[in-house]
Formats: sequence, structure tokens, C-alpha cells
Amino acid sequence: MSTYSSKILEEAVNEFSRLPGIGKRTALRLVLHLLKADPADVEKFGNTFVRLRNEIRYCNQCHNISETEMCSICSDHKRDDSVVCVVEDVRDVIAIENTNQFNGKYHVLGGIISPMDGIGPGELNVESLVHKMAAGTIKEIIMALSATMEGDTTIFYLYKKIIQLNVSDIKFSTIARGVSVGDELEYADEVTLGRSILNRTPYENALVK
Amino acid sequence: MYLQKLSLLNFKNYEEADLSFSEDVNAFVGGNGEGKTNLLDAIHYLSMCKSYFNAVDTQNIRHDAEFFLVQGTFNHENREEHIYCGLKKNQRKIFKRNQEEYERLADHIGFLPVVMISPTDANLITEGSEERRKFIDSIISQFDKSYLDNLIQYNKVVSQRNALLKQFAQARRFDETSLEIWDEQMIVLGEKIYRKRLEFVNHFLPIFKNYYRFISHGREDVAVLYESHLHQGNFGDVLKAALDRDRSLQFSTVGIHKDDLVFTVDGYPVKRFASQGQQKSFLIALKLAQFDFVREVKKMKPILLLDDIFDKLDNFRVKNLMELVSKDNFGQIFITDAHPERVKKVFEEIQVEILTFEVSNGSVVQQRETATHSSE
Repeated sequence: MSTYSSKILEEAVNEFSRLPGIGKRTALRLVLHLLKADPADVEKFGNTFVRLRNEIRYCNQCHNISETEMCSICSDHKRDDSVVCVVEDVRDVIAIENTNQFNGKYHVLGGIISPMDGIGPGELNVESLVHKMAAGTIKEIIMALSATMEGDTTIFYLYKKIIQLNVSDIKFSTIARGVSVGDELEYADEVTLGRSILNRTPYENALVK
Repeated sequence: MYLQKLSLLNFKNYEEADLSFSEDVNAFVGGNGEGKTNLLDAIHYLSMCKSYFNAVDTQNIRHDAEFFLVQGTFNHENREEHIYCGLKKNQRKIFKRNQEEYERLADHIGFLPVVMISPTDANLITEGSEERRKFIDSIISQFDKSYLDNLIQYNKVVSQRNALLKQFAQARRFDETSLEIWDEQMIVLGEKIYRKRLEFVNHFLPIFKNYYRFISHGREDVAVLYESHLHQGNFGDVLKAALDRDRSLQFSTVGIHKDDLVFTVDGYPVKRFASQGQQKSFLIALKLAQFDFVREVKKMKPILLLDDIFDKLDNFRVKNLMELVSKDNFGQIFITDAHPERVKKVFEEIQVEILTFEVSNGSVVQQRETATHSSE
């Protein structure tokens, strides 16, 4: 038997608890909150999600989330077409945009290669990246993927693809890996520190411009 | 470095025990099931943060009790180090050094090294190759930090590669580039690990042989042979040659994850052709060689824990062994034996003083001095 006094209430609670990180108890609290709110506000709330699902699409250039065929970054003429930053998903675009340090374009892969999770190159937006590279406008590709084995493997795979394309004038780089800014050396783990020593940078490059 | 005092509360079959030890040889004597080995295990706990015998921490709590406490006072470079280990059911294990709690157990493991030799070591001979790889991996990673890291990475790559091979079979398609990106990482990591293992076994072998010769007085010739697919040539070629097999069996059939050590006596495999006593001598020599490595890395003599070591060995070998471990290369020793007279007699013969503790049903009584000139 249902513990809720209303079928509609129960349905609303079930819908909320399907969201990641939300249990039955939290769902009930949210639903009761909505019941007390202004009906117009709740209608707006609901419509927002209907529109979210119906109107949002993926950019046909970079696969970022967009409301139009081409996202606001790709259609921005002030941004550099010749530099492409490859990222795992939309959250990474937001993170890099927040740094204000990048003025090129993006390419969202939609994941990284991990056969154990059933993700191979076929599941990722690799074809469109290869097309872009073959088109000849790209001068540099920056790989900004997680510093995990799966991230490294994905980079390696794309690197092989570029070599196969035989477009030797494309610069292929990865974001720097090592001791994070503001960290004290004694607290850095051995692997990270070791890598920082191996991939040390000339001091002129380390000066903040 | 040595253990001065040990105190137990609700640890295995001990309700409470407080013991003070000799800096040299300590013997626990008593019948089966009285709790001799549990004392060794308590010492192992203080060093390695876990039981040598039982991986489930809570099963080391005395029946019907809610927690255990093991505390030890060590003398480490003439300073007292007080180590506290407490475990309450459903809570995490707490380790303290001089009243200060460790944030990570890994910071403590190896600080006060011990080497245990016990009848369960027979697994090294009887069980599969994984046991033997674990044995050498644990020694190598003590002095080579990047080794363990490479090994973990390698194992991940193999899991991913195996998953990929399964997908190929299910989808009935094959994509060479997808496999290559895993192969190349496997090759780089695998060859590094291979070279380390090869180097280690070459270094380990003479030390091991020396110990075996000492125990058996050169009666047999022993060897530890490193077996690896990578002996056949570079890993890349080996992997390529195995591709068809890998694809049909849907897992990686070659690589350093299949390495093994072959133990031989006079050229024949120990597992099938060596006597029980020879097997035991073999295992003891392996562990003593391990002791040498730990001593070299830590720059101190580990505590040696000898569980039921006299069993299956003839008097001749027992005497040789005890003479060996009583020498300067070794430090503090703990021995268990079910026969009080035997242990006493052995040490009298080689004129080494020992401190004997009689263990019965979870209580321990220190016996009066048994000196070298006792007239029995």
C-alpha cells in the first residue's frame, strides 16, 4: 500500500527521486516545497524543463550544448579557428571558459575510451574531429583530457589518427601536468612530482603573461 | 630495533596479556591451539597493520568481545616508540605512534619491519603463479617506488584490453587501431616490469642459494628460475604472435601478468619431487633472502617471526638454521614450538640464551631463565 495520501503526490516524488543524488526523502521535501509555492512559479519551473529537453541541441561543429545549429562559441568570429581544444564533456568547456585563458574553439568528445565501460572510439565524436583536421584550417590541437590512463589512451588514439591523416603541419599538444598552482612540493605525490621534473618548462614560459 | 613490551586486550584468544621480551631470542611453547601463533600475529599487526593469517580484521577480535587492542613498545635506534593498534567492530582501525594517530596506515607499514616464516608459506609452492608474483612484487616495490605504480597501470591496461577483446568477439568485428593503443601501453609498462624482475631474480638468487646451502650444508643444489613470455623476444612481437589466440580466447594470453617462478631442487621441480623437509628448507631460505633485502632497504634488522619452524625439519637442519639466525646479521627473534624440550635443547647445543614463555589457553607465563649452562 502506498504511504502517500495522494497518487499524484506519490508520482511527483517518484519522478524527483529518479534524478541522480536524490533519494525518496529529499524528493518528498522538494515536492512539498513546490506544493506551497505560487502556482505560476511552479508552472514556469515545469516549463523550463520541457523546453530544456525540446529546444536544446548539440552544436554541429563542436558538440557543445547549444540552442542553435552552431553554438555561441563556434559562431564567435573573434575566436581563433585554428586552435581546437579537445575535451571530454560539456562540463570541461565550462571549466576552461571560466579560466579566460583560451580563445580558440572546442571539440567535445562526449567521453573517453574505456572498453570496460563499453566506450570505444565509435561511441565518441571522433569522426567529425578527423574531418575538421582533414579540412586543413586547424594549426593546433590541444588535448585537455583527464590525467588518467583512459584519458592518455584517448589522446594516444587521436594522435594515431592524425598521423594516419598525414597532416604533418598540425601541432598536437596536451595540457601541462604536474604540481598544481599554490601547492607545496612536500605534499605533492611522487608520481606527480616525478612527472613535473620530467616535463619541466623553460622559465620564460612559466612567467605569467 | 626490537620489541620490548607487548600488551594485548581481546586479541584472538587473549583476554589480556602483558609481556616483556628479550632483545635476542624469545620462544613461545605450548600445545596446539593455545595461542602461540597469535602472539606472533600480534607483533605482525604492530608492524604491518594487519594479520598475517586473516585478512578480515574483525575476525581477530576475541569471540564475544567488541574490540581489540594491541600495543607494543619498541626500541628503535635507542628511542622508545609506542605503537597502538585498536579496532572496534564497525569502526575503522586506529593506529597511533607515541599517542599520535596516523592519517594513513601506509605511513606506518614498514617503519618497524618484521619477516614472518610460517607453515602457510607453503602456498608459495603449492598455489598458482599469482602467489609467487606477489612474493617478488612485494619485495621489489619496497625499494622501487615506481615499480608498484607501473604494475598497477599495467594491470589496468590488461583489464581494458581484455574487455576490448570480449567486445570484438560479441560484435563480430575487429578494429586494429583500438587494440593497438592498449598494446603499446602494455608493451612499455610490461618491458619495464620485466627488466626489474629479471634484475631482481639475478640479484636474489645467490643470496637465496647461500641460505639454502647453509641450512642443508650443501647437500642439494637449488634454483629459482624466472619464467616469462618476454624471454622469447621483445614484447611487441610476442604480443603480435599471440593475437589470434587472444582473439579466440577473448583475453590477453601473454605478458608479464603470466610470469612465474620455477623452484627446483637438483634440477627437478620442488612442487612434485622435493620432500616435505626440502620444501620447508626451500621456503625458509626464500624468506631469509627476503629478510636480507628488507634489512638492506630499511637499514635495520627486521624482527624475525618463526612460526612452527621445527616441524618437518631434521635435527641437523634445525641446528644449522638456529645457529644462522642467532648470528649478528639477525636481530630479535620470536619462535613458536609445541615441544618445550626441543627448543631448549637446540639452543643449548649452540650455546645461545633464550627467554621462554609457556602459553596455555590464552595466558602466558614467562619461565625462569634457561641459561646456556643449565644442566638438563
